[in-house]
Amino acid sequence: MSIVIYIAVMAGVTYLIRMIPFTAFRRQIKSRFFRSFLYYVPYAVLSAMTVPAIFYATGNMATAAVGTVVAVLLAYFDMPLIVVALAASAAAFLSGMIL
Amino acid sequence: MIRQSQFSPFSSFFQGMLDGVPIALGYFSVSFGFGITAVRAGLSVLTATVISLCNLTSAGQAAGVAIMAAGGSFLEMALTQLVINLRYGLMSLSLSQKLDESFHTPRRLLVSYGITDEIFAMASSKEGKLSPGYMYGLILIAAFCWTLGTYLGAVAGQMLPASLTSAMGLMLYAMFIAIIIPPARKSRSVMVVVITAALCGLLFHYSLPWVTSGFAIILSGVAAAAVGALVLPVNEEPEGEAA
Repeated sequence: MSIVIYIAVMAGVTYLIRMIPFTAFRRQIKSRFFRSFLYYVPYAVLSAMTVPAIFYATGNMATAAVGTVVAVLLAYFDMPLIVVALAASAAAFLSGMIL
Repeated sequence: MIRQSQFSPFSSFFQGMLDGVPIALGYFSVSFGFGITAVRAGLSVLTATVISLCNLTSAGQAAGVAIMAAGGSFLEMALTQLVINLRYGLMSLSLSQKLDESFHTPRRLLVSYGITDEIFAMASSKEGKLSPGYMYGLILIAAFCWTLGTYLGAVAGQMLPASLTSAMGLMLYAMFIAIIIPPARKSRSVMVVVITAALCGLLFHYSLPWVTSGFAIILSGVAAAAVGALVLPVNEEPEGEAA
């Protein structure tokens, strides 16, 4: 039952954030601070979600670290999302067989 | 005068689907990773699929699954979604200025469901006003692939051997890295924000372990974005013509 409530809360809040400005709100946000803040939020949140959770994502810190290094290097060289994701997983899988 | 609306509803719907194909392919791979992460966190295939169908957001869903797995409170869930998805409010606001005159309230209520980073980027780069048919096509194909990818990822997560699924648990986070590193390399201010947020994440995890994961993400994300906005405010209007 609590799963249903969790999903309802998640989906409800997410929908309202999208719906209220789309249907009702008509003014532009003028505050430079607030606009900058909203611009940075996705990067800040994704970074805080990734560190340190990524080091626990495989259940083995050593293989996770290998995968993380591969992901950072490939992302630095602008590889597509799917390439970064598959290469990081493959690196973690292969290092798990060796380590 | 309004280029989009000169087409029939069907052809603008088709054009939306066509423009949505690259988004849908990207969504398929990200949501496959989400499906695996969700099953590894102990959720069922059905739960993972329903979450994707009714949320349509990668970071919010990943944080939500972590909260469900840790048995966090509903308040923590609501606040986490609010902070992580707050950016959609700004995107909705910007897109609302670009809708054609046939967008009455029920249609706005429908289309609100599908405003994501990628759909916002595609729709706002479109010349002229946006028609309902175009938005339906764009959102329908993206949401379909997002949900299908989650389902297949969750099923794969249950069938594949543990050695493989544990390595695939990295996929979602590796994609987050692939999203944040290229802009951070090009913009010093984004780099500062990304590093600040990561340091805050480490601080909470190792120094303040009693702070639950959802709140740690909220506080780290808000603190790092506020530092960025205070020290390195954005110069140009982020949404181009919107102002």
